[in-house]
Amino acid sequence: MQPAVEFRNICKAFGPVQANADVSFAIAKGSIHGVIGENGAGKSTLMSILYGYYNADSGQLLIDGAPRSIRTSHEAIALGIGMVHQHFSLVENMTVLDNVMLGAEGGFRLAAQRAAAEATLRDICERYGLDVDPRATIHDLSVGAQQRVEILKQIYRSASILILDEPTAVLTAQETAALFDILRRFKEQGKTIILITHKLGEIMDITDQVTVMRAGAVIGAVATATTSKEQLATMMVGRPIEGVLPRAPFQPGAAVLKVDNLQLNDKAGVRVLADVGFTLHAGEIVAIAGVSGNGQSALLEILSGMRLPSSGRVEMLGTPLPFAGLPDADGLPATFRTLGIGHVPEDRLRDGVIKDFSVMQNTVLGYQERVTNRWGLFDFAAIARRCARLLAAFDVRPANPDLPIGRLSGGNQQKVVIAREVSAAPKLLLVGQPTRGVDIGTIESIHKQLLKMRDDGVAILLVSVELEEVRALADRIIVMSGGRITGELNIEEFDTTRIGLLMGGMNTVGGMHTVSGVHNA
Amino acid sequence: MKTTELPRWATALLLPVLNLTSALLVAALVIRLLGESPLESMTILVNSAIVNPEGLSYTLFYASTFIFTGLAVSIAMKAGLFNIGGEGQMYFGGLGLTLAMLFFDASLPAWLLIPAAIAGAALFGAMWACIPGYLQARRGSHVVVTTIMFNFIAASLMNFIIVKYLIPDGQQNPASRVFLDAGAMPRLNAWLPVLGDTPLNVSFLLAIVALAMYGVMVWRSLWGYQLRATGLNAHAAHYAGVSISRTIIVAMLVSGALAGLAAVNSVMGSTHYLSLNFPAGAGFVGIAIALMGRQHPVGIFLSAVLFGALIQGGFDLSLEKPNIPQETFIFIQGLIILFCGAMENFYGPAVLRLINLGRKG
Repeated sequence: MQPAVEFRNICKAFGPVQANADVSFAIAKGSIHGVIGENGAGKSTLMSILYGYYNADSGQLLIDGAPRSIRTSHEAIALGIGMVHQHFSLVENMTVLDNVMLGAEGGFRLAAQRAAAEATLRDICERYGLDVDPRATIHDLSVGAQQRVEILKQIYRSASILILDEPTAVLTAQETAALFDILRRFKEQGKTIILITHKLGEIMDITDQVTVMRAGAVIGAVATATTSKEQLATMMVGRPIEGVLPRAPFQPGAAVLKVDNLQLNDKAGVRVLADVGFTLHAGEIVAIAGVSGNGQSALLEILSGMRLPSSGRVEMLGTPLPFAGLPDADGLPATFRTLGIGHVPEDRLRDGVIKDFSVMQNTVLGYQERVTNRWGLFDFAAIARRCARLLAAFDVRPANPDLPIGRLSGGNQQKVVIAREVSAAPKLLLVGQPTRGVDIGTIESIHKQLLKMRDDGVAILLVSVELEEVRALADRIIVMSGGRITGELNIEEFDTTRIGLLMGGMNTVGGMHTVSGVHNA
Repeated sequence: MKTTELPRWATALLLPVLNLTSALLVAALVIRLLGESPLESMTILVNSAIVNPEGLSYTLFYASTFIFTGLAVSIAMKAGLFNIGGEGQMYFGGLGLTLAMLFFDASLPAWLLIPAAIAGAALFGAMWACIPGYLQARRGSHVVVTTIMFNFIAASLMNFIIVKYLIPDGQQNPASRVFLDAGAMPRLNAWLPVLGDTPLNVSFLLAIVALAMYGVMVWRSLWGYQLRATGLNAHAAHYAGVSISRTIIVAMLVSGALAGLAAVNSVMGSTHYLSLNFPAGAGFVGIAIALMGRQHPVGIFLSAVLFGALIQGGFDLSLEKPNIPQETFIFIQGLIILFCGAMENFYGPAVLRLINLGRKG
């Protein structure tokens, strides 16, 4: 049988960077094909060539055995290729139905088409087990449901080859499982799926074949059944990955952060945090585990000064953090930084970096007041020296301080953020999702860095939805659900089932299961 | 090697030149339709605006005003604010300056009077921009909406103030009294007689200083860093500890002060009295200058000189060629704004293809 897609000697360069170098492989029809590789390995470029965003410099693209030149995404869609991006392209204030029809309206008069489209849509939903109400408005839907709408859109446009770029980055475990069910059903219908991901566990779960890319080239192609996570990781990174990272024995020092009875209601009056209290010591990593959106983000924002709590008390090294009496948090993060609080924000592109600033300018973000001379002007020589040192120490690639940081891969952006926060020598480091969208090699180096800080006596509060990460880093684990702390355990007591129950809001005290009744914000 | 982005020389130099040429070509076509020779007209325009020292002096006189209004729009833009209230702020700046003059021009010596009047212009301009700035920062009222409304309010209010309080007794002309000689900005022809009897004055030098200070403050100072951070990504600026509302209010204050300073050139440098509607659109031209000059000091200077040259050359051209009404140059201004502002990147893709073609071959 002809392969659904075949790449032959595809080359693509951006300036001096060779994004794809002589890439050749085939994707069998009716299979789920994984493409893995570190950030900047060339996966996204390759998929963009397939979807018509970029044109290859040289090489050949075969769809169902016939050579094709796909110049625009319209041509790709016409050939039955659909792509679901990591960031959805949905109109938030329109209904599911209207979003699906957008660009495929099929005529001037909408009403008639809409009825026909709705019938088709309901039929597709049933056939693929997609649980989506065509009349719901997008912004009322959860992230998982929005993703289903994206998939629905592709099926509606009769895509037979579906590209999914990091589809599970934003999903909970349950949503991921649901997505994989859909993908399997898609496969049963004889359609082809290309899955781009960082997560090796998912590759092992669902794919038939895997292509591994590194530095723009194909490193290997294996049948999933014949490989292992460890082998794939080694291929991806080019060296074996250490399973357990070394760390000093747990010797917590004095209390650094004391959180007491913290409450937060959002503007609509919905409870976001309720009775949150814990203590964090020097030389200790406390991880907050929980399904995304259960108050962890708000907690980090409060502790970094980006948001005011409704009530409660926080002590940093014995002095209360100055929340009281403020009208808003405008400018407060600067005060918190001078108290020795560093912050690696959860949403890197929103909070952590300014995309259009150079790498060098981003290395002083938040510490801009510390790099001026007495005239209030920047000491550029000192900034440049410091930047060069950070880029070298944290292996940021490319190590070009003048490049806008938006042109770096996500992993390298994150290295810059971590380098910046670590080099400020904080006493307390708040870390939100430090490895979201970051490849394995970088994850390892970020984890090592955090452990080194812990060994040096820094108190670290980690928020992560990845249990693997929590397990790799934490000394103590606090589980949150619905804005409340539902449980606390030491790393020796790590137990996925128990944590899972706590994350779902079940208290397992004395064998009695009680559900905390806090609104899930 | 194929590139997906234009090199810097192309975006900074080639594209503006292409855009400007296109605007002038369309203008040439219109002049042709009006029955005049485009080439001859262009020669008259260039001679009168640039080559002739007296003409150049007028060009730079107009440019001095535009540099200030252009800077006013640019600095707000750097903070992510579109201040289209330069017109009203300049108008109000004129009031501040005039009040200083009316109160002190008989009592203070020139070396105290002029700085006081300049300070008055900046203060009143800043004051008029401060309210929209405050509303944006604290109440979230969009600055585009408020500043444009403030232009209208300024126009009506100034009308009222001039007619009710500033017209000297027994006069009909809606204008203040003429300032005493101590209040005149020193003209540059005192040092450079070749400039002839033109109003080009010390304001031009102040404008150059303002450009330099703008460059230093925006790109080399802590203040400028926080300003640009707020403009590019307010979330990240908040994360970095920048006070967003303070940055917005200060940016609007500085923007309004710069617009107010534009009044110094036209009122103290030329007319020596406050008249109805004296800004005559200079505040709006500032928007075009900021866009065309990409908020860069050199770009702002060049655009301001270009617009000054158009006014000066256009005026002379309409005198020499009766077929060409003076309004033609408002039309050419519009074309330039269209090509250099709205269609800024019109030639980008074509230039990119050419560059790639050249590299391949």
